[in-house]
Amino acid sequence: MNNYYIKRILSAIFTLFIIGTLTFFMMKLMPGGPFARERPLAPEILAQLEEKYHLNDPIWKQYIDYMIGMIKFDFGYSYRELGVSVTEQIILKFPVSLRLGALATLFVIVIGIPIGIVSALKQNTWVDQLAMFIATIGVTIPGFVVATLYVSIFAGSLQWVDATDLDHWSSYIGPVLALSFYSLSFVSRLTRSSMLEILRQDYMRTARANGLSKVRVLYKHALKNALIPVVTYLGPMFAAVITGSFVIEKVFSLGGIGRYYVDSVGNRDYTMIMGVTMFYAAIYIVMVLLVDIAYSWIDPRIRLGKKQGD
Amino acid sequence: MKKFLLVLTALVISFAVVACTEQSTDTTEQQPMILNWNIGADPQTIDPTLNGASDGGDVINQTFEGLVREVGGVIYPGIAESWETSEDGLTVTFHLRESQWSDGTALTADDFIYSWLRGMDPATASEYSWIWEYTNIVGALEAVYDGGDLNDVEISAPDDYTIEVNLLYPTPYFVSLMAFYHFMPVNQTAVEAGAEGIWAKDPEIVVCNGPFMLSEYEAGVGLTLVKNPYYWNAEEVYIDQINGDFIDLETTAYVKYTAGDLDVLPTVPSAMVSALIAESPEFHVFPLLGTYYYNFNMDDPMFENVKLRTALTYAIDRSAIVEVLAAGQVPATGFVPGGFIDNEGNDFAEECGDYGIPTDDSKFDEAVTLFAEAATEMGYADAAALIDALEGTVVLYNTSEGHKLIAEMVQESWRQVLGIEVVLQNQDWAVFQDTRENGDYEIARGGWLTDFMDPAGLLAIFTTGNAYNDPNWSNEEFDQLMADAQSTTDIATHFEKLYAAQDILMAELPVIPVYYYADIYLIKDYVTGWGRSVLGSLDFSHARVDR
Repeated sequence: MNNYYIKRILSAIFTLFIIGTLTFFMMKLMPGGPFARERPLAPEILAQLEEKYHLNDPIWKQYIDYMIGMIKFDFGYSYRELGVSVTEQIILKFPVSLRLGALATLFVIVIGIPIGIVSALKQNTWVDQLAMFIATIGVTIPGFVVATLYVSIFAGSLQWVDATDLDHWSSYIGPVLALSFYSLSFVSRLTRSSMLEILRQDYMRTARANGLSKVRVLYKHALKNALIPVVTYLGPMFAAVITGSFVIEKVFSLGGIGRYYVDSVGNRDYTMIMGVTMFYAAIYIVMVLLVDIAYSWIDPRIRLGKKQGD
Repeated sequence: MKKFLLVLTALVISFAVVACTEQSTDTTEQQPMILNWNIGADPQTIDPTLNGASDGGDVINQTFEGLVREVGGVIYPGIAESWETSEDGLTVTFHLRESQWSDGTALTADDFIYSWLRGMDPATASEYSWIWEYTNIVGALEAVYDGGDLNDVEISAPDDYTIEVNLLYPTPYFVSLMAFYHFMPVNQTAVEAGAEGIWAKDPEIVVCNGPFMLSEYEAGVGLTLVKNPYYWNAEEVYIDQINGDFIDLETTAYVKYTAGDLDVLPTVPSAMVSALIAESPEFHVFPLLGTYYYNFNMDDPMFENVKLRTALTYAIDRSAIVEVLAAGQVPATGFVPGGFIDNEGNDFAEECGDYGIPTDDSKFDEAVTLFAEAATEMGYADAAALIDALEGTVVLYNTSEGHKLIAEMVQESWRQVLGIEVVLQNQDWAVFQDTRENGDYEIARGGWLTDFMDPAGLLAIFTTGNAYNDPNWSNEEFDQLMADAQSTTDIATHFEKLYAAQDILMAELPVIPVYYYADIYLIKDYVTGWGRSVLGSLDFSHARVDR
């Protein structure tokens, strides 16, 4: 088992290395420089800037410097935010996205899973139909529509909340809802179908026949197995929501990293793009690792790495 | 399963902790006069010397003040109480008032000298350093471009409250230029405490000299300005606090405006504009000193014929475009927009007339005639052959809904009037700039805004070899007129040459003028006394907010 994790961690590091290399060279191939302006900069100034950012070094040297910096979590200075390092920017902006993403994930777990379970148990009743109707809308309406509607209704027409600024608990409702609506709907549908499948299994009937209470059967046998696909989904989803959503952060005008990341692409802020890409990649890889660990808690067969009778 | 529940509980608790650490800061009823202003995007910098963008410029105009302050084209004394220009127009002397920095220390002539030299120094890498060329200060051009010694720049401080500047040529707009943010003073101690302009965003370090000073700055979210007690004219500053938001999505900002959470918006969603123009007294339109146009690639043999260029220019309905854009733009019939006043007090653009360029569809027939003549002159059998030759000509623009809309209207107009099928292509801004500069295009969108109150600021870009001469047009007579206009010591001659220069430009039409830019604002009617400089910066130094 230890070998398994060591192998996983090594392959994660290798993946990061590949991503870093690819990003670096793709960035170099991108047309248009970071110092492109409506009025081109004076050649002396351009030379100064290139010197400062080591852009006049040979490509291989830039690459090596970059990779060494990466190991030290030093991605250099942003080309746009004068005098601010990429690491500082990440430290400044990531918490906003993390907070929203964490709340959205919590929301998905606390609301989405129970809805799925109830729907499965009350299959084909009005409760199930209503829940699945809303969930179907949820997976078809994009987050930015939810966000825009929310702003125009609750901040505009009704004026119940402030459209921007996370300075009051109520201002979290909109962004969290918009961020989680799709996943919430998806998770409740996933939980429902997964539950239904388990409920039809023979061992469920056997367990009941053996005299176990309904609650115990559902809890001990059904739920546990039904949650495996949900957990598989939650890991990458968590990584996706905590790294911020460009659209939602833009609609609610939040200083998160998602908006900043996309803007930095438009600005050709090379160091920022590469730094955040690596940061995202690392988060994603860590989440996938955590999901694997979570599996082994839920299902011992995975931990033991071989099939075993239930 | 218990373990799973345990993990879940742990997750719940940790999230709850994360959520709760965010303090709720309910704002209580405030007595002071507060202005809520959406600045737009988070400015790259608010260091006057480094800034090159209008959002930064808007903030700087509140936090700093130059020798003079310009509001609505009128020059008011700023840190300079008075000034005079020598008889030959080559020496300008400013007399400074005794004023203070926001930390209470004295602001002297040396502060200006330090700031200006910092702006010229290539090591500072200021985006606006090019503007020194247009100040005509002796030695400035060399200092910025040719490694000239900063000590050779002829600006001096005979005493603590006098600045003397020597010019190469009389420069009528020199004093008004001093209102521009690049020429505002910065405090050396502060600048050195936070390199690369960081000082200006750090409330702990920043030292300024304007009506307001920075008290908070949250990247990507907003900033807070408070009244600067040390400002020389603090008595006439009414607003106590300005809350500036960085909301770059127009619809969100507009929602906040209608909800009363914002008092000033720099833009509005385009869908709202026509309704607002018609109905809202809170909607304001100002002309901007700039022009939207299309470049012909003059190195392309296809566009050598002036009649063809003229036909294409005539075959566009500018009024229809401006109507669709509906944000106060004015159809362009020249390259210099209205707002520049000549030596006799006349508006430059008005004096120029329209050069026969139609603002509407009135010259479509003439366009067809010219097109046929061009076909013959270019050696084509008939107009149809030229139509074939032009088929597939690419009109290039940088990716944006607005540019796309205009390009589509031009495309449609050329199709209907002349029968030409052009193709539209868009590129990302950074890529587009390279393509255009390298001349890898046939017809490309252009836009030019000037930063000083002289038509030369627009016309000069078409001199041979100018870095911004995107059509790569070259005309000796034009070059000579522009050179004469700059070197003359007589203001009448200066304008005479500029008039003649634009005559040539509009006769040759290396560019198709489309419209003159405009600036729009939405400002609540309870905000009064605000101003705007002709160069485009908002001014709240005398504003009031009476909700």
